[in-house]
Amino acid sequence: MIRKASTHVNQNEGLIFQRSQPGRVGYKLPGLDVEAAPIDSMIDPRLLRDDDLAGLPEVSEVDVIRHFTRISTWNYAVDFGMYPLGSCTMKYNPKLNERVARFEGFAASHPYTPVELAQGNLELLKELEEALAEITGLAAVSLQPAAGAQGELTGLMVIRKCLESRGDARKLVLIPDSAHGTNPASAAHSGYQVQTIKSSSHGSIDLDHLRQAVNEEVAALMLTNPSTLGLFEENIQEVCQVVREAGGFVYMDGANMNALVGVTRPGDMGVDVIHLNLHKTFSTPHGGGGPGAGPIAVTKELEPFLPFPRAVEERDEKGERILRLDYDRPQSIGRVRAFHGNFSVLVRALCYILSLGPDGLREATETAVLNANYIAHHLKEDYEVAFDGKPMHEVIFNDKRQQKSGVHTLDIAKRLIDYGFHPMTVYFPLVVAGAMMIEPTESEGREELDLFIDAMRSIAREAEENPELVKSAPHNTRIGRLDEAAAARKPVLRWKSAKTSLAAGNE
Amino acid sequence: MRYIPNSAQEREAMLREMGHQSIAELFRGIPGQLQLNRLLNLPAALSETEALGFFRDLAERNTTRHTGGRMVSFLGAGAYDHFIPTIIDTLISRAEFYTSYTPYQPEISQGTLAAIFEFQTMICELTGMDVSNASLYDGSTATAEAVLMAERVTHRPKVALAANLHPEYRQVVDTYLRNAGITEQTIITCAETGTVLPEAILNLGSDVAAVIVQSPNFFGGVEDLQRLAEATHELGALFVVVVAEGLSLGLLQAPGKAGADIVCGEAQSFGIPLSFGGSYCGFFATTEKLTRQIPGRLVGQASDRQGRSGYVLTLATREQHIRREKATSNICTNQGLYALMVTIYLSTLGRRGVREVAEQNTQKAHYAARQINATSDYRLRFSSAFFNEFVVSCPKPAQEVLDDLKSKKIIGGLALERFFPEMKNEILMCMTETTTKAEVDSLLEALK
Repeated sequence: MIRKASTHVNQNEGLIFQRSQPGRVGYKLPGLDVEAAPIDSMIDPRLLRDDDLAGLPEVSEVDVIRHFTRISTWNYAVDFGMYPLGSCTMKYNPKLNERVARFEGFAASHPYTPVELAQGNLELLKELEEALAEITGLAAVSLQPAAGAQGELTGLMVIRKCLESRGDARKLVLIPDSAHGTNPASAAHSGYQVQTIKSSSHGSIDLDHLRQAVNEEVAALMLTNPSTLGLFEENIQEVCQVVREAGGFVYMDGANMNALVGVTRPGDMGVDVIHLNLHKTFSTPHGGGGPGAGPIAVTKELEPFLPFPRAVEERDEKGERILRLDYDRPQSIGRVRAFHGNFSVLVRALCYILSLGPDGLREATETAVLNANYIAHHLKEDYEVAFDGKPMHEVIFNDKRQQKSGVHTLDIAKRLIDYGFHPMTVYFPLVVAGAMMIEPTESEGREELDLFIDAMRSIAREAEENPELVKSAPHNTRIGRLDEAAAARKPVLRWKSAKTSLAAGNE
Repeated sequence: MRYIPNSAQEREAMLREMGHQSIAELFRGIPGQLQLNRLLNLPAALSETEALGFFRDLAERNTTRHTGGRMVSFLGAGAYDHFIPTIIDTLISRAEFYTSYTPYQPEISQGTLAAIFEFQTMICELTGMDVSNASLYDGSTATAEAVLMAERVTHRPKVALAANLHPEYRQVVDTYLRNAGITEQTIITCAETGTVLPEAILNLGSDVAAVIVQSPNFFGGVEDLQRLAEATHELGALFVVVVAEGLSLGLLQAPGKAGADIVCGEAQSFGIPLSFGGSYCGFFATTEKLTRQIPGRLVGQASDRQGRSGYVLTLATREQHIRREKATSNICTNQGLYALMVTIYLSTLGRRGVREVAEQNTQKAHYAARQINATSDYRLRFSSAFFNEFVVSCPKPAQEVLDDLKSKKIIGGLALERFFPEMKNEILMCMTETTTKAEVDSLLEALK
């Protein structure tokens, strides 16, 4: 039985362009208060637009509100309930953080404001850097990277620059087969060749294979801990030692830090660089695909190579403490983003850290791990666990049992939508055939977890008794499964009015 | 902790149900010597009241028009103070938008997907291009991605970037290219106009993958894109146009119409707050021919078995989660919510509003420029046409002028010496539709 959700009337809505009517207006500007000159006397008419922006809509404010409110209701959201996307850490986004980030002193602050007039911003950056250094157990932090993948790229560039400064250019980055796709992509974009390391049968790094692979060409090992299988890398210290002894560095993908904050620290494990996804572990909203922020923390040894600028403390002429931005960092890899990173995300993350404090951060980690174990415990009779081991903040099942009746992971995921949940992460990590990766986070109460467990069990029963029902899911959504292959074959990537399409020759 | 629903008692009960004695048992996978066994050395948790106070104090230590020392500002240079309709914040504050994930499951993400499809359409309209992606981090990284894409398309080893490209964008390109085996060349600009001349492009070699030109350029000047495109295409290179002031597209010729192969840049001007430089919203558009080389996410139209139409993420085989080290870019999370802000802005202002705002920017900047030029000792540095920014040459070092203005509660602009050491006396100034005549007049008075 579906307990969490019921269907209800849902508004239909076209695209905003289809609401457009000549003469509708959604704005009002103050009148021009300076003496106007003809535009073509200021700018050569040849350089001006001649299409009258005909492709933009003409709508009223009410139209805009109705349109976007209607389409918003077609989305699932964390504020509706559990969003069990493994590896994505879809936790609650505190409203206080939203309020604080909108304070005018932050929101209206120009990035080139003279530093003495932006001390609040710099203080905030400094405070967040220090908090993240303590949480990771590493010496220095750069807040510049705009997302996790950019953190990876930045971290690898830092490693590369450090090696080059020693006259020790290397070619290879080792990456376990269970890694996020961004890892190899980031390694390639920082000029490295990628060599894949196999996972052991327990889902951890195969130490023997690692020992064979490590040599003087290896710049770094990139690993995720807990691994993307949700398991803590038990041999992490040995792994770090093997890489270090061969003169390489260990890069940790911090996507799964929600399992570790306040319990153990990457710096203490021997990790040299880590990126943190503030939009995962530190509760900043995912926003339907960004913005995020991917700060990196590094050892003392790597600090000189961090991107510029960095906030530094100085004394002014009166001897008072003042923060400045240091651009003169000769060993730095350079700049990876204009201005100072995704500042509005950084404000939210600091507010989260300060609101939880050391006790709350630990409580969050413990509860996240408890909730994942609770799900693992209650679903193991119905679904096959992919790897034996102690799950941390997420648990992975596969679809082996359900396959017998022709039901696959994707079908289970889609059927979950009918039960009022967002699907789990599917078919990742790639090393698990038919993976279903579930990460409840600490934001779920027991009753929501129980509803989820019930839904999953019910789907397992349906898979046996009425597989067609699962295979043709979802049934209660506005649209069914979309033909993605057809969409990719003949991509339609923008709207065109009937008139434009005709003018373009009836494509 | 109020963000964690399960109470200590409930957690206890759950543990017992699973046959555990304590929470520590769940962490046994972590070797003992790695367990922290102390609390993190961070300040004790703040209550909501305390947190509000803490952040209010920090925010008040920043000077903006309405906080801190309350100053008028003429700063632009890649981040613009434009009017932001109230409804943008109202709409993006809907939990369905801001607390959802990347739309991997289209059946329950149609809101996000439809909005991105609209964003892509609007970016195509503004830029005059065929295809737009779903956003990139910001204008600087979009520029770096354009350079990398040009190399993929042409397989040529060199790129040429205009000297008047935003210096921070150039720095980001430098960082991205250092390990990519692509060399850079700077295209000199005309000393009098501050713009790029076609001759400077024709003098480049035929091993150039792309010519990267910003318009309006960093000094505010409008480039003659059509002539530059022709020159670039004679070399067989791709013509990349960078737009750091998106609003200029409301008035200026669409770069696609002028012959651009890639148009990328920053959409912050469309409803995104300054926020000390981020988060912003990079955009990236290209021609239909180059669709499959584009970096980042794309949303396309699709239909289900019953023929109902919807939207999906598409052409994913370019991307890191499929192609891994062979992906066109490593980008995953981009700027979804900020692309939505841009879409709401462009809907609200619409066809006529975007034009009207753009015209007001030009009128105000030109009024200010005329008055400053008429003031003794201050001159416009360049003769080219400009949109809403221009360079002023001062009779003394720019920093002295700016310090003096600061004491009169005016942030006069950006001292260009920071990026161009030879421009000691030059200030980059910006006027937008939010600038009032009274503010410009106070600047003129202060300069006297």
